[in-house]
Amino acid sequence: MEIKAPDAFSGGKTPSFEESARESLADAQLRRNLGKATQTIRAKRAVAVEEMPDWEQLREAGRALKSRTLRHLDEYLLQLEESVKRAGGQVHWARDAEEANGIIAGIAKSHEAKEVVKVKSIATDETKLNEHLESEGIEAFETDLAELIIQLAGETSSHILVPAIHKNRSEIRELFMQKLGARDLSDDPPDLANVARLYLREKFLKAKVGISGANFAVAETGTVCVVESEGNGRMCTTLPPVLVTLMGIEKVIPTWRDYEVFMQLLPRSSTAERMNPYTSFWTGVSEGDGPQEFHLVLMDNGRTEVLDDEIGRQTLNCIRCSACLNVCPVYERTGGHAYNSVYPGPIGAILTPQLVGIGKPGSDSLPYASSLCGACYEVCPVKINIPEVLIHLRGKVVRHKQDEGGIKGKLDPENVAMKAMAKTFSDRRLYEGAQRAARIGQWPLARGGAIHRLPGRLAGWTEARELRPVPEQTFREWWRSRNGSAEGPGS
Amino acid sequence: MLRGIGAWIPDGEKGSTLRVALFITCFNDTLFPETGRATVEVLERLGVRVDFPLEQTCCGQMHFNTGYQREAIPLVRRFVDVFKNYDAVVAPSGSCVGMVRELYPMAAELAHDKRLAADVEELAPKVFELSEFLVNKLEVTNVGAYYPHRVTYHPTCHSLRMLKVGDAPLKLLRAVDGMDLVELPEAKECCGFGGTFAVKNADTSIAMLSDKLRHVLGTEAEVCTAGDNSCLMHIGGGLKRQRAGVRAVHLAEILASEATEERK
Repeated sequence: MEIKAPDAFSGGKTPSFEESARESLADAQLRRNLGKATQTIRAKRAVAVEEMPDWEQLREAGRALKSRTLRHLDEYLLQLEESVKRAGGQVHWARDAEEANGIIAGIAKSHEAKEVVKVKSIATDETKLNEHLESEGIEAFETDLAELIIQLAGETSSHILVPAIHKNRSEIRELFMQKLGARDLSDDPPDLANVARLYLREKFLKAKVGISGANFAVAETGTVCVVESEGNGRMCTTLPPVLVTLMGIEKVIPTWRDYEVFMQLLPRSSTAERMNPYTSFWTGVSEGDGPQEFHLVLMDNGRTEVLDDEIGRQTLNCIRCSACLNVCPVYERTGGHAYNSVYPGPIGAILTPQLVGIGKPGSDSLPYASSLCGACYEVCPVKINIPEVLIHLRGKVVRHKQDEGGIKGKLDPENVAMKAMAKTFSDRRLYEGAQRAARIGQWPLARGGAIHRLPGRLAGWTEARELRPVPEQTFREWWRSRNGSAEGPGS
Repeated sequence: MLRGIGAWIPDGEKGSTLRVALFITCFNDTLFPETGRATVEVLERLGVRVDFPLEQTCCGQMHFNTGYQREAIPLVRRFVDVFKNYDAVVAPSGSCVGMVRELYPMAAELAHDKRLAADVEELAPKVFELSEFLVNKLEVTNVGAYYPHRVTYHPTCHSLRMLKVGDAPLKLLRAVDGMDLVELPEAKECCGFGGTFAVKNADTSIAMLSDKLRHVLGTEAEVCTAGDNSCLMHIGGGLKRQRAGVRAVHLAEILASEATEERK
């Protein structure tokens, strides 16, 4: 397993999806862990959704609410700022990851905090906040059980909701014995949780600063919401005297009432629960209760660029439920690390390249990490048409390569082949000529009624599949021989 | 939604007054001509007069889905020109029909061509995948086929989730005489073909295929069928490489099979 490999958000050059997937696919234990976990949660989700008579209307409501909010994002964000300030909180605007990290580190330093506790937040993974805090001499402790596991292991998350989905319990037992000094530990989940609980309690009580992300924030009231399962979020947001929340600007929702829709959609889609165990809401600060200082950091980091794209912008509807990961046949086999991003799976394949921008070899491969089977779109609670966005982004990747890739982009073998084929298909005579040429040209490859090995870039096909040779007669040749050359009214 | 061609065609004539074009797809034309012949056979058996406009080439799906969308636009225009004067266009391929019905509007938008967009809007609803044309439009489920084999059916992703053909193919298969139809476990899971995905991400594609083959072999079927030869070329290619002794056969060919072998 690659440890702390550069990802799409860390600035370094990342491997392509195909390269990373090849490694993951060879890991039999990983395949087993993932297959078991995704199949279980996918079956549970189907049951949780089936019992809702108005699920399709809820999805449509979720989509409509999100797209309306995004259309007026500027207004809702200003309203949110106003509401949070009114409730005694402070609001910071961060253009990018660097600014966000700087603001958060500044707050921690102003309180002389050497340790901070964190509730799971992908936004902070996106900005590499932990690494930044470390460089400033501040240690960040992840308190979500799975986040703790991967932090101890020095790995990165491989799932939006279940970051350690790639690990099984005996692997976790070993890790806890090694890193937390636990002895006589069984691999029973309650035993494992107890070890983590003891370790974390101490951190919660000592930390001066808690850091969270946000599932939602209500513009109307300034209320921020974190949805979780373990109670660690509740502790992070209530025990330390200072609370900092980092939130992507697309997480705002207009009114308190909108929770009606999202609180039905999110738990059922993510954990297959009717309601998740802990939902924390806080509005600014309350005297004598909970944190006495609250900072909300509103971060762009590429999101307004996404908003500018008419087809791509629906990506910002995402409520991070991870239903698309659990049904994705590609994710199920490669796992999350192959995506080289804090956002794996189908949603990551469309979100990552848009946030970091088209034209980066690593993340440009992500829109191709899909067979376009459409299972993700079917389950998405806010109806993001992921296959449509994937296809749209593939177009952007190719146009970027053609228009800005110079002579290398133009001479790319795929580009040359695609252009030649498009020309062939644009003329019936060229097309029919190519059919005849294929029949004649395949003779060195075809043996005993099958092609066993293709050359060059097509070799991937014949690694595990035979290819049928071009038959003696095309359909149109048969048609002509049967019907003379009678043609229909369209020609 | 239109309910059945039968409603607007006099009894006994069925599709004979309709101008129905066969959209063979470049893939079937070149690699699987027998599927095209079978499609013609089934349609003619049901009284449909089939035209095959020879100017047709490729719908542009491969280009469009791989990102070569500017290159696909002339193919979209060509398709619309060739087929726009027909009452119905039928293709033995879920994914090519999906391209026309679901993605042509996006292509027209990309081309900034309002006229093309209007033509697409008019043509797209008249383009049908074979099983939905037979079951939903002609309202036929028994096409008089005889196929004495153990068969399992793989619903392809584009027919299932894009075109939503539902159980139309299964209705047709259940009516086939002599056939032992067995359910495929995890049938709705993608086989891993995915067009150029099969080559660009060959390792992942093969990993998906190996699970599909495991399920197919588990049914002990002799034939795996589907409505798309692209997925079948992938599944069948894997079966053949494994020397599994199981064939991949297009739905149209099963429907075209008859008890007597006299006609040809």
